[in-house]
Amino acid sequence: MNHISQVLWQFLIKWLTNFQLYPPEASKIAPQMDALYFFMVLVSLIGLTIVILLVVSFSILYSKKRHPVAVQIEGSTLLEATWTIIPLGLFLIMFVWGALIYFRVYTPPANAMNIYVVGKQWMWKAEHPGGQHEINALHIPVGRPVQLTLISQDVFHSFSIPAFRVKREAIPGRYTTVWFEATTPGTYHLFCTQYCGTNHSAMIGDIVVMTPEDFKRWLAESTSGMSLAQNGERLFASLSCNACHNGRADSRGPSLANVYGSKLTLTSGQTATADEAYLRESILNPSDHVTQGFAPIMPTYQGQISEDGVIALVEYIKNLDSNYRVDQTLNTTGLLPEGEGRAASAGTKPAGQTPAAKGTVKQ
Amino acid sequence: MSDSTAIAQTPHGTHEHPPYQRHHFESMDQQVDATGFAMWLFLLTEIMFFGGLFTAYLIYRNWYFPAFVAGSHQLNIFWGSLNTLVLISSSFTMAMGVWCAEMRKQGALVLCLVLTFILGIGFLGIKTIEYKEKFEKHHVPGLHFSVKSFVDPASDPDIAQYHDKPLRLDMARHTELYFFLYFAMTGMHALHMIIGIGILGFMIFRARAGAYTTGHITFVENFGLYWHFVDIIWIFLFPLLYLISRHG
Amino acid sequence: MSSTIVSLPDQSTARIPKTNFITKENGLLSWLLTSDHKRIAILYLISITFFFFIGGAMAGLIRLELLTPQSDLMATDTYNKVFTMHGVIMIFLFLVPSVPATLGNFLIPLMLGAKDLALPKVNLLSWYLYVVGGIMVLYTMVSGGVDTGWTFTTPLSTHYLNTNVISTGLAIFVAGFSSIFTGLNFIVTIHKMRAPGMTWFRMPLFVWAHYAASILMVLGTPVLAIAIVLVLLERTVGIGVFDPTKGGDPLLFQHLFWFYSHPAVYIMILPGMGVISEVISTFSRKRVFGYTAVAFSSVAIAVFGFFVWEHHMFIMGVSNYSMLVFSLLTMLVAVPSAIKIFNWTFTLYKGSITFETPMLYAFGFMGLFTIGGLTGVFLASSGTDIHLTETYFIVAHFHFVMVGGMLMAFLSGIHFWWPKITGRMYPEKISQLAALITFIGFNFTFFPQFILGTLGMPRRYAAYPPEFQILNVFSTAGATILGVGYLLPILYLTWSLKYGEIAGNNPWQATGLEWQIQSPPLTENFIEIPIMDHDAYDYEWLERQNQKEKEVTSVG
Repeated sequence: MNHISQVLWQFLIKWLTNFQLYPPEASKIAPQMDALYFFMVLVSLIGLTIVILLVVSFSILYSKKRHPVAVQIEGSTLLEATWTIIPLGLFLIMFVWGALIYFRVYTPPANAMNIYVVGKQWMWKAEHPGGQHEINALHIPVGRPVQLTLISQDVFHSFSIPAFRVKREAIPGRYTTVWFEATTPGTYHLFCTQYCGTNHSAMIGDIVVMTPEDFKRWLAESTSGMSLAQNGERLFASLSCNACHNGRADSRGPSLANVYGSKLTLTSGQTATADEAYLRESILNPSDHVTQGFAPIMPTYQGQISEDGVIALVEYIKNLDSNYRVDQTLNTTGLLPEGEGRAASAGTKPAGQTPAAKGTVKQ
Repeated sequence: MSDSTAIAQTPHGTHEHPPYQRHHFESMDQQVDATGFAMWLFLLTEIMFFGGLFTAYLIYRNWYFPAFVAGSHQLNIFWGSLNTLVLISSSFTMAMGVWCAEMRKQGALVLCLVLTFILGIGFLGIKTIEYKEKFEKHHVPGLHFSVKSFVDPASDPDIAQYHDKPLRLDMARHTELYFFLYFAMTGMHALHMIIGIGILGFMIFRARAGAYTTGHITFVENFGLYWHFVDIIWIFLFPLLYLISRHG
Repeated sequence: MSSTIVSLPDQSTARIPKTNFITKENGLLSWLLTSDHKRIAILYLISITFFFFIGGAMAGLIRLELLTPQSDLMATDTYNKVFTMHGVIMIFLFLVPSVPATLGNFLIPLMLGAKDLALPKVNLLSWYLYVVGGIMVLYTMVSGGVDTGWTFTTPLSTHYLNTNVISTGLAIFVAGFSSIFTGLNFIVTIHKMRAPGMTWFRMPLFVWAHYAASILMVLGTPVLAIAIVLVLLERTVGIGVFDPTKGGDPLLFQHLFWFYSHPAVYIMILPGMGVISEVISTFSRKRVFGYTAVAFSSVAIAVFGFFVWEHHMFIMGVSNYSMLVFSLLTMLVAVPSAIKIFNWTFTLYKGSITFETPMLYAFGFMGLFTIGGLTGVFLASSGTDIHLTETYFIVAHFHFVMVGGMLMAFLSGIHFWWPKITGRMYPEKISQLAALITFIGFNFTFFPQFILGTLGMPRRYAAYPPEFQILNVFSTAGATILGVGYLLPILYLTWSLKYGEIAGNNPWQATGLEWQIQSPPLTENFIEIPIMDHDAYDYEWLERQNQKEKEVTSVG
């Protein structure tokens, strides 16, 4: 008996010290979302109270003892209108308010720092532009908008940071984005919230929010010596992309310098904006993405490059503002623009030749 | 129909109604009404069922149009048109069957049902020829599927008439999706045909015993609806799968 | 008994009618080959209760595992299988058929003044399909289980798991057709089998609710069927329309799946709402406030319910603008639910209320469904959905609607019509206690989960961070209470089959046509097809009727 009461006592203490009703607010969007959340809690409580009060008071007033004969009432159009219009109005407020927040969460600002996140069974891999890799963790600075570009290598995952009130699914085959701006340094939970198989509940990690100085120090300490774009450059050369995409007058592929963010006209007559998703698609399924004026000769790299590899390439292309280095690597690697067969076979070269792109090129 | 009313041996024995009237119905009209309505509702669920496939088809056709055109060139328009003709004829014989049942012409009804049966079998036979062709050309998805005819159309004499441009590999492999949908849709349709033919066999057997020429034709009528429905599904499948390059 | 409206016959002379649908024929075969809607309803009742307790046992295992933060009771794989089986069984084998296939099956013909459903053999076929589906699920369980989650998310279900996805998929496919045929049967019956004078607006609201649910069954279920066929083909043939590496789109599966599975929650809840309308009216002895509003709100839920499915995909990268449309429509679907709640509340106004067990469950329903519905608005509002979806908030939300709402309504209905079905009363006091225990246990179990979800605890986790333990302990403790609440009715209802008081035709003095005939009813329901000459819930008509009978007996 004594033993049990001790357990109970500890339980109570634990409860009282740990009890929370809502998670810490550690991002700029969190207080905004909580405002809506508490507004809805308030409305719900009022609504529930009204229903309970009415039910209880009617039950007392019109119990059979007090009110032996019921008065038959048809209904009341006025009342029907009241409880149609008032809830409708409240719901519409919640709809608009919610939609505003939704648009804010999923529309990253232009100056956001971009970090790529790849989900796979059962881990999160984050890749910073500086080439820092992290597994099941994400270090970010306070006070700076951070955009995540998410993709999954296998099944659906979902990247959830309760303290930031943001969540986005990582889906195989397409990029999704989310952004946030952390406000309080600390360590917060990272969860995978979309059921993804055996170790779903182990696909968790830490979001480490640091002061800008700490973050700078962390970046310097964690560098692999090669930025993501540099990795991409190596891969670009080893896949012989530069054989065609070299910006020369007679090149068979369009120049990629400054292509990121530009509007392209495709052979199909459609226009497209060259964003991350477009770049990824045109590496994996080039036939659908041929720029006007070029022949559809590019081979597909589907199944030859891992998602990490694609990310490195995309990051490289994003940062490419002149063809000078492309041309240079072309000379140094000594690959001549002989034909696509050559280029395609280059894609299956042993990974050993490109140490920077460790394991990203599948054999 | 009322002239065929006979005194039925019903448990409660007090009502007079024809033997084929189920006794939870108040009248023959109610029974005919209810079963017909039920059949239409069932066809509605069938539309929703095929609707899922059509949605998938429309999305991927939109995304991978060249692959779908190239894939459809592999289908044999001659066989497809012939099958359409066969199926429409079978719908005609079925409609005639319903009319014969209504007119109580037993011999003609049996003939119509047998014709419908034969045409149905004929449709499946032609479908088998087509499936076999796909199998031989390695166009069955998931089963040593080959994109050779699409990346190198010159090597495939069957599609010489179309003068197809070769597809790049990335687009060419989406033809597998086209063939998957082709097999899923026509397969689902064929399954409905097989079920229909099974019921037809049973109906021929019953019609010879005179079951449908006593004025009670609900079963024939409702089966007719089903058969026409299966026919209509084909009328949609044929242009979508076979004639896609002609309505790009 | 003076405070209640129960009008039991004099117990010294009371007899169960000699001929009724139960005693008419004997032997197992007479049940297995029956086409009597009432017998089929009982077959369903037995089978869904069986599956409810299997699903419940799974729920117990889940709660037990979550007592501690580590996954120590079972391996994560086992846990995944357990929650998958819990979901599959509870949704496809319990909630979807619960009220429609038992009470709906039993009552719709009685309420409409018909001798049977329009298609009695199809009705029996539905039950057999249900049983085949159920057996396949049991087979899946004993042969190693399945761990896809009841949502079968691709590509997880198609390419990344090697458990029994195929047998589960086929089970759901088959059980789906059972549901299609039930819905089809109801629609045809309601359209074509109404007694003379039974116009659409004289039908009980129970029938309206079933009509709305049936539309959803008939139009939604086939889409689930084709989605499952495609998943199974993708699994067996290896290529499919949902595989992104082959050019397919996994989101297409989400669209097809939720096109059924969202309306499915209305398939589950609408019939429950029908029960509540009947119960509240009967125990207030007053016609339902705003009959037409309640009737149309059922139809409105069915219609809007078809166009809200994308709210399950708000964080999956759907277009922002399509999100706007679906979020707005989801808000709209909440309005008819609010209309219903307020109409039920005002049915009490100036009534003459008694508090028998069905009424207690109905009160429980109103409270819990209000919470469940309002928390649904949190998820419909796209901004807060981002934070709350895929967490325990959503688990709590749908359990409030499904368990707090639907199961309460089911138990309410079972108690309410028990005298009609069996001819005997259930014991009142203990059943009131059971209703109370269920209510308390339920709140203990699921309310903490709202807080857990707000704190961010993800659903389907076998292990969780230790700071969530306290609330999980509460939840598990509540689940044991809830378990008792569900076991009690099984015991005393079985007891009442033999020892319950004889109920008589109309113990509650309710107005529905089903109460004007003997209990249990005859196989053919009505000796003479009734003519409906009054509105539904016309208590004045009932009084005149009682008066007449009294005169007849006194003259006689």
